[in-house]
Amino acid sequence: MKLNKKIAFLLVLVLLTTIAAGCGGTKTEAPKEVLIGANFELSGNVATFGISIMNAMEMAITEINAQGGVLGLPLKMVKSDNKSDAAESTNVATKLITQDKVIALLGPVTSTNVLAAAPVAMQYKIPLLTPTGTAAKVTVGDDGKTKEYIFRNCFIDPFQGQVGANFAVNTLKAKTAALFIEKNSDYAKGLGEVFKANFTKLGGTIVSEEAFVTEDKDFRATLTKINATKPDVIYVPSYYEQDGLIAKQARELGYTNPILGADGWDSGKLLEIAGAVALQKVYFTNHYSAFSTDPKVSKFVNDYKTKFGSVPDALAALGYDSTYMIADAIKRAGAADPAKITAALATTKGFVGVTGTVTMDDKHNPIKSAVILSFDKDGNQIFVESVNP
Amino acid sequence: MEHMQIFFQQLINGISLGSIYALIALGYTMVYGIIKLINFAHGDIYMVGAYVGFFAITKLNMSFIPALVASMLFCALLGIVIERMAYKPLRNATRIAALITAIGVSLFLEYGGILIVSPQPRAFPDVFPMSKLTFFDGKVYMTNQQIVIFLVAIILMILLQYIVHRTKIGKAMRAVSYDQDAALLMGINVNTTISATFAIGSALAGAAGVLVGIYYTSISPLMGIIPGLKAFVAAVLGGIGSIPGAAVGGLLMGVIEAMVSGYWSSTLRDAVAFGILILILIIKPTGIFGKNIREKV
Repeated sequence: MKLNKKIAFLLVLVLLTTIAAGCGGTKTEAPKEVLIGANFELSGNVATFGISIMNAMEMAITEINAQGGVLGLPLKMVKSDNKSDAAESTNVATKLITQDKVIALLGPVTSTNVLAAAPVAMQYKIPLLTPTGTAAKVTVGDDGKTKEYIFRNCFIDPFQGQVGANFAVNTLKAKTAALFIEKNSDYAKGLGEVFKANFTKLGGTIVSEEAFVTEDKDFRATLTKINATKPDVIYVPSYYEQDGLIAKQARELGYTNPILGADGWDSGKLLEIAGAVALQKVYFTNHYSAFSTDPKVSKFVNDYKTKFGSVPDALAALGYDSTYMIADAIKRAGAADPAKITAALATTKGFVGVTGTVTMDDKHNPIKSAVILSFDKDGNQIFVESVNP
Repeated sequence: MEHMQIFFQQLINGISLGSIYALIALGYTMVYGIIKLINFAHGDIYMVGAYVGFFAITKLNMSFIPALVASMLFCALLGIVIERMAYKPLRNATRIAALITAIGVSLFLEYGGILIVSPQPRAFPDVFPMSKLTFFDGKVYMTNQQIVIFLVAIILMILLQYIVHRTKIGKAMRAVSYDQDAALLMGINVNTTISATFAIGSALAGAAGVLVGIYYTSISPLMGIIPGLKAFVAAVLGGIGSIPGAAVGGLLMGVIEAMVSGYWSSTLRDAVAFGILILILIIKPTGIFGKNIREKV
């Protein structure tokens, strides 16, 4: 037994030395590729978001490399799964920077997980670009200062709420509105507050403010109450599962005026839950429309469809754009140097992607347009209008 | 008039929700009546029922009635298996041990469900195309789904009442519930009777699961937690152990919730529901229909 242990120990030692030697060997060579880290929710409760983005990003990487890569080298993405968990997101960011030696980070999807990864990026001075983290504090610290290394490629919640309110007043000609807010969601509460402020500023009246919690399935009693106040529009800025149920139940109770939502409504599941009838006169603000006639968008949509068999959602589009944006910044930086890439990202101007033209403002938020989407009689998304900031 | 219409609308909302609570509460009360166990896994059997209905309709292309029956049969079987594996070995253990086991079974079903069918909610297929009846000059609405839920719930409750009071197994159930040892001495197979109780209670939960799937069109592995708790409150409100009590308690809970959300505040709805539980336990622990039996010391 003792001998066996000794032999095993020796074997392990030999193995370790070979591995170490292997590592040492590659390090001395000139870089063969430009490494960027991808910290995404590939499992856990928002896994569908992470996977959708990852698909689009891999598509973008293949395209970029087919066109010659960046700085004459191929671009390579090091994928890591943060399990939709904030603590894990911090670990993954550390691992990508210290072990994989990436020069830039992409992801995560949700604001909470971005906030968990941000301190690591700040500490190691590595630029981090989130395609989808919409919370205002992602790029701006509590002290009101912009976080130097943190960027995003999507509009922030206040803008979306404002677009919703403008659309309600100007296009839907709404004079009265009801708010139906998921009270345990920061996303929904934030949007609700901005909508309320802008709607009243534009001369509208909020006739009813009601709340629900994520676990609720039966909204009929509250919707009956809202319906009795006869609002011109109901604002429901939640995620598709609740949104779908609310739309369905509101229609069953005879509410026929428009329902307005935000980007959480963007999901194929929505139609299955609500049914096409309930989605008539439903509008929501979103990052992009797959039905735009822009050739860049239709090329992206067709390529994605051929590859993955489904219409890309806004998350996929934002992931696709973010990958190009990083590549663009590396090209403009002229070197695989994190500090120069950070400077290049901060000065992004007139970058054209499938989700619109992006110029980075001094808070590292992109100035870009939002779109309003609705549904046709079969429940398919249709493009209504584009709103510039 | 406007107020009357809103009131009737809320009443319909409440009765539909209450029918579902009542079906789940019946299972709670039956199991409690016979082995004095609060079966906390009951809400999760209701979730399993919803999924069986979902797969029966989408994968096996069944229509509503066969899917409902399939789901009830599957849940009945699941109820028997759970009783045999988890509760029977503990029948003579302390009640708290059985209660904790029930919580364990509940978590097992919830997270087993997540593992097998994924945590993402699924959209229940539209079995009945949406159509609705209107009353009071088109101001009060009742969908055909609400009518189906109410009818199925009533039919199942009548059936249950028949089984318990007019059949041999029902008589055995009542006997076992009254005194297990005496029933055993009279030649009643206590094990079979308890299994039958679990089967019937679970079948009702399965039916409730399918009805809820149709009503809300969205099902997920954790959907059973809140309705399970609410149905438990309903069973206590009606008087735990009493079958008519569970039916009335369920309907009452649904109506109370609708009225609280409609006339007071939607955020206080759950607080009121669980407040009722506390009040009942303080003021009249035996509930509305409960018999006042003194605990033997």
